[in-house]
Amino acid sequence: MKAPALKWAIPAAVVPVLVLLAYGFRTDPREIPSPLLGRPAAAFSLTTFAGTPLSLEDLRGKVVMLNFWASWCIPACYDEAPALERTWRAYKDKGVMVVGINVQDKEAAALEFLRRFEHSFPNAPDPRGRVSVDYGVYGVPETFFIDRKGRVRFKHVGALTDEIARRQLDALLEEPS
Amino acid sequence: MIPELGYGATVAALLLALWGAGAAAASARTGRAALLRSGERAAVGAFALITACIALMIYAFLAFDFSVRYVAINTNLGTPFYYRVTALWGALEGSIVLWAWMLAIYTLIVVIRYRRSQPELYPWVLSVMLGVLAFFLLIMTIPAPPFERLTPIPADGRGLNPLLQDAGMITHPVALYLGFTGFTVPFAFAMAALIVRRTGEEWITITRRWTIIAWYFLALGLLIGGWWSYHVLGWGGYWAWDPVENAAFMPFLTATAFLHSVMVQERRRMLKLWNLSLIILTFGLTIFGTFLTRSGIIGSVHSFTQGTIGYFFLGFLALVLLGSFSLLASRMERLRAEGVLDSVVSRESTFLLNNLFLVAATFTVFFGTVFPLISEAVRGVKISVGAPFFNLVNIPVFLALLFLMGVGPLIAWRRASAGNLKRNFLKPVLAGLVAAAALRALGVANGLVLTTMALVVFVAGTIALDLFRAVRARRRSGDNWGAATWGLLLRQNRRYGGFIVHLGILVIALGVAGSQAWSVQKEVTLDKGQSMELAGYQVRFDGLSASEESNHAKVTGAFTVTNGRAGGYMLYPAKKFYPQDQTPIAYVDYRLGWIEDVYLVLGDFARDGSHATVKLQVNRMVSWLWLGGLVLTFGAALAILPDARRAA
Repeated sequence: MKAPALKWAIPAAVVPVLVLLAYGFRTDPREIPSPLLGRPAAAFSLTTFAGTPLSLEDLRGKVVMLNFWASWCIPACYDEAPALERTWRAYKDKGVMVVGINVQDKEAAALEFLRRFEHSFPNAPDPRGRVSVDYGVYGVPETFFIDRKGRVRFKHVGALTDEIARRQLDALLEEPS
Repeated sequence: MIPELGYGATVAALLLALWGAGAAAASARTGRAALLRSGERAAVGAFALITACIALMIYAFLAFDFSVRYVAINTNLGTPFYYRVTALWGALEGSIVLWAWMLAIYTLIVVIRYRRSQPELYPWVLSVMLGVLAFFLLIMTIPAPPFERLTPIPADGRGLNPLLQDAGMITHPVALYLGFTGFTVPFAFAMAALIVRRTGEEWITITRRWTIIAWYFLALGLLIGGWWSYHVLGWGGYWAWDPVENAAFMPFLTATAFLHSVMVQERRRMLKLWNLSLIILTFGLTIFGTFLTRSGIIGSVHSFTQGTIGYFFLGFLALVLLGSFSLLASRMERLRAEGVLDSVVSRESTFLLNNLFLVAATFTVFFGTVFPLISEAVRGVKISVGAPFFNLVNIPVFLALLFLMGVGPLIAWRRASAGNLKRNFLKPVLAGLVAAAALRALGVANGLVLTTMALVVFVAGTIALDLFRAVRARRRSGDNWGAATWGLLLRQNRRYGGFIVHLGILVIALGVAGSQAWSVQKEVTLDKGQSMELAGYQVRFDGLSASEESNHAKVTGAFTVTNGRAGGYMLYPAKKFYPQDQTPIAYVDYRLGWIEDVYLVLGDFARDGSHATVKLQVNRMVSWLWLGGLVLTFGAALAILPDARRAA
């Protein structure tokens, strides 16, 4: 501590630690890549809340945006709900199908949720959670983007936004069918 | 209505805290008393407003006001009454409110206690404390507002994280935050001392009891956290070196170092720079801990959420560390030691060694905690280090600390003579060796247990010997044994409070070593009526039953436990199925004992109840951890009593 400059070494020593912590913002410890990417999406056949049958097989040739949700999932499912409907309205005539799968929910609460957000795309309950298990759904909401050939191409964890949906759908629609 | 009221109160409190911090600092510069009084009123006002925030939030929880986003996320119509109150601190935003409230309480006590007695330091102390409070209110205003409105208002809420629906989670955060926020007081005094250039022993003497209080609550919080982990998480352990546990453990280690090194400064006027650095480090680590928990940069079972809050915390951490260490550097010429180290065999060098080990332990815990970041920055691969790393490097350090715990309090200051060493340590050393040898002869082969046992008996021996001599001396003045002991504890409360805290640590050390070495477990699938056996216990599976609770469904297994000696008893481990959670939550059932706990976790089961998988653990000596916590409480309480000798 004799040299006057040396004493500033103490505050200076803090800087590398702060830089390391700042670097931490660039990484996401919870980002788990899905092993399903690039693989054929698991087939399912369900019955929608409206009572019509719904199976992935019937949607072959369309780009499918598969959204897993629940009415108790606050706030993420509430945050993304308007974006889902907007995306559906913008893309339904371009060869895109938006499908909602309702997991671990009570039917009345789920219907109330759909009514409130005026969802007009098909929504089906997943009574025994089989579809969620097949897709490795860890928590809701999760959204899977399936290409025209029926392969899972992208998985989004957490609330979906218009931008993310648009980017993924546009990319998949550009691919030759 | 509540979101707007709460948000308004938050913003008003923030403005008051900012004004108060500025006014107090200005009054210190200008000497205008009116400004200081205004700062004080601002502190009182901020406290009242944060209290109002808490009351509003609790009201919103009790009234199921789902227009408050935080309420909708952390409760639902089935959440029981008491968890609706404690849901206040069940997630990020509310925990910051609790934090701010406790800090406001500490600030208020500082105002009441020191406004007259410390005219020179007090304005700066108030300014620093209100500045820190303003930061937490800023968090409540911008990145993590607890009173955010949710639209549309859902019919039912999501519900509190099922793992947090436990008594341990009601108390754990309260104790932990009382500890974390408590360190703001000695930190503020240290800053004030540096600013007004009164870097002598004054700030240390004033804050000694504050530091012990904060230290104690942190220890209590860690122990309750261990208890929660033990009886809720169902893996049978109490400590996992999880980043968030580490975040609370690091300031505990540096605070322990600080509590010891200040004695050297009080006595020998050395280590001034070191003590200031330690309290800055301790306070910085409490902020770092909240940063780690809330920024989401390190994955952890505890982590709250992500968002911009991390940037705020990192900015504040940078401000605190750079600001206070620069202040320290600018006062360097005043921080030279007045005393010198006379001999290696002395109390001051023992305390130095103790500090070295504690800081080394802090560093290794820090290194292990941020290792995933380092490895990703350097090699691009995310690797986390687990319990083996922490145990490998820390067990020897903690054993060395145990040894020093025996030596430190009784070795002479300056230079210990051979006579001093022989008089205080010969018999305890022999007792420790005899204890280890006896245990070895009884068939205990575990090296860790033998070493721990030898050290524990040695340290307990030094304390017993010292106490015995002191009591014997008092007996000469006519007291009986009981009165002499009690009188001694009260008269030298600081010394013997410290000793009793040491005894508590010894009990905890035995619990840790014993449970590490001797706990056994077995996982078996049993048909109905079938039994398993482990460590002399027979456990019979008697069947399953299902029930519907207010906010979850529950499948309960019935098991009869017998151990051949006494009559048997039943244990009912269960699995709880919360609708908002994909995976069921284990509900552990156990019977605690001084020597061993029988601990049963229900695994998979057949729906018809014909068979079930169950994990049986016989955990040895875990109860000693909780017992040690009680001893610690008594010791800490004794140590913070007003100094009897000074008062007399």
